[in-house]
Amino acid sequence: MTPVNAIEVVGVTKSFVRHSEPAKSLKERVLTLRRNTTTRFNALDDIRFDVPMGSSIGLLGHNGSGKSTLLKCIAGTIRPSSGSVRVRGRIAALLELGAGFHPDLTGRENVFLNGSILGFSRAQIERIFDDIVEFSELGPFVDSQVKHYSSGMYARLGFAVAVNVEPQILLIDEVLAVGDEAFQRKCLDRIDRFQHEGRTLLLVTHSPDLARQICDRVVVLDHGSQVFDGDPGEAAAVYRRSLAQRGEPVPESMDRPVRIAAPEIVDRIYAPGDSLELTAAFESDRMLRGARPRLFVHANDGALAATAEDLGTVDGTSGSIKLTIHDLPFMEGRYHATIALFDDDTELDRSAAHSFDVMTAGRGVGRFRLQVTVG
Amino acid sequence: MRRRPLVASTGVRDGETAELTVVENSDRARPIRERMREVWNYRELLSQLVRRELKVKYKNSALGFVWTLFNPLMYLAIFSIVFGLFLRSAVPLYGIFLLSGLLMWNVFSMGTMTATASIVSNGSLIKKVWFPREILPLSSIGAVLVNFCFQFLVLAVGMAVFRHPPDWAMLPLLVPALVVGTLLALALGLLLSALNVYLRDVQHLVELLMLAMFWLTPVVYQYDFVADQVRERFGDGAERLVLLNPMIAVTTTFQRVLYNPTPTGDPATDPFGLLFRPASWYLVNLAIAGVIAVAACWFALWLFGRLEANFGEEL
Repeated sequence: MTPVNAIEVVGVTKSFVRHSEPAKSLKERVLTLRRNTTTRFNALDDIRFDVPMGSSIGLLGHNGSGKSTLLKCIAGTIRPSSGSVRVRGRIAALLELGAGFHPDLTGRENVFLNGSILGFSRAQIERIFDDIVEFSELGPFVDSQVKHYSSGMYARLGFAVAVNVEPQILLIDEVLAVGDEAFQRKCLDRIDRFQHEGRTLLLVTHSPDLARQICDRVVVLDHGSQVFDGDPGEAAAVYRRSLAQRGEPVPESMDRPVRIAAPEIVDRIYAPGDSLELTAAFESDRMLRGARPRLFVHANDGALAATAEDLGTVDGTSGSIKLTIHDLPFMEGRYHATIALFDDDTELDRSAAHSFDVMTAGRGVGRFRLQVTVG
Repeated sequence: MRRRPLVASTGVRDGETAELTVVENSDRARPIRERMREVWNYRELLSQLVRRELKVKYKNSALGFVWTLFNPLMYLAIFSIVFGLFLRSAVPLYGIFLLSGLLMWNVFSMGTMTATASIVSNGSLIKKVWFPREILPLSSIGAVLVNFCFQFLVLAVGMAVFRHPPDWAMLPLLVPALVVGTLLALALGLLLSALNVYLRDVQHLVELLMLAMFWLTPVVYQYDFVADQVRERFGDGAERLVLLNPMIAVTTTFQRVLYNPTPTGDPATDPFGLLFRPASWYLVNLAIAGVIAVAACWFALWLFGRLEANFGEEL
């Protein structure tokens, strides 16, 4: 069986008319009357790629590369000038959180409004309403008017609706920057779950790190042209090269001379007392001598739960760091492991977090497993 | 590379597979039939938007929805006093006569005007999310229809108070009249809402258009005032030309059924001798107006499909 594509982008070109500085006064208008002040330019030029169902694809590009325009063509808010986009399944776009919220309506009313904008029936929204409220952490505020919300609450409710309506395809456009760190982690977690449910994800970003962390394939756009389609690591290199060639400022996150990939964890679910193996690849622009890895484990609420130092040293320009946590001391919950490399006390780089779950068989509350004997 | 479940899953739960329709976004306008099916799929959004329009309008006001009822009550009271007492109109129970035509006229004019503004005023939504754009003008007209139902109750109570029953036998005629009036508003609303995106003047122009049409449609006065004049000047049969204004078929039907004039038997003294026509007269008028309305709707949908291509950029 050939894989079914969730999204097919077939030779999409989008050209805009660029208006020169508009004439300000009547006199100017008369003077420039017959002068042609418009030029056409291609925001997108013959873009073509497929997004198979269940895959996570990144769209990487600098500001003005056309990636947002492409996302709008896929979401259907603008039409391509030529070519076409075929979408199979229900899309939810996180283009801007809380799009369509009405300030005078309550959070509850807006959830139903927003859900129906995404094409869901009342019964479908009622079924997931409690999940949405829980995810948004709004509590009783869900019955106050949205105009009294803080921007964080607004964004949380928007994200909660978009991910909980369980669309088949989720489009994300740089919205992960909202909210505090704990909420961001929750969003990444939700995206992780979304991926494991076999749903399709399209992420638009200018951060190669984020693309590498989330996507299994990346398309790179450069001034409206598609310059690469393939492995996220190579895509990052292509992107970096194209930025450097043009002498454009390279985003800070890529400036780091040392880069650690997100750690891979063999299993996902553990019991207290298990051993857990983590492997994280690293590469460095300069020769490392005696750099020291450190391990951080955060609980799901963002609090630092445990650290480990004195994990030996790392040398060379690339390689992998392999760590094993013995006798896992955690109780039930989700945890996030991060590996960092230090040169003396200077942090060289810190990987993105990888999460794992701990399940306990019996009862037990709290974060750590205490071994207690009587007498 | 992330680990994937071994079993390929499409993210679709059982029973939802049928919903996986393919939507194509290209430079060509999508066929009307397909767009109408999409509107049907998004009917929940339609009802939510109608609800939003009604809720937001009276949010933060103490009396809330009751305000909707004050408008026809005021008309009923003031016009009864002015025309009944001061002007001594030949039309008995003038307030009832006025409301029987006015409420339906309001569906048409308010529907057209709010629908015209609907696309522009929801610009932020259109730029961010895709849904069938036709839903927006439709929801404006839906909200107007809900208001109509409540205002109709006021008229019904008024008719009961003044002991003025409608013509029960002709009551079913109200259904086609309401449908035709709504379709006319829908056609104009769709057309003008799309044009309004490119030329904001449309919004102001439509107000003038409605004002002109209000006085060219028998609501405040009787149909025969115009018909007689036209017949006198241009000869017998010429008065049929007046019916080219399709709203006349709608308002006269409402007046005939609800106001239900009692003929005195003497055409010379009966101010409503000519309004008292057989049901067939109204049916023929409504049929003609209905054909015009459906054709106008089709044309409006077609043009809407062309113009919506650049909504996202023009707003």
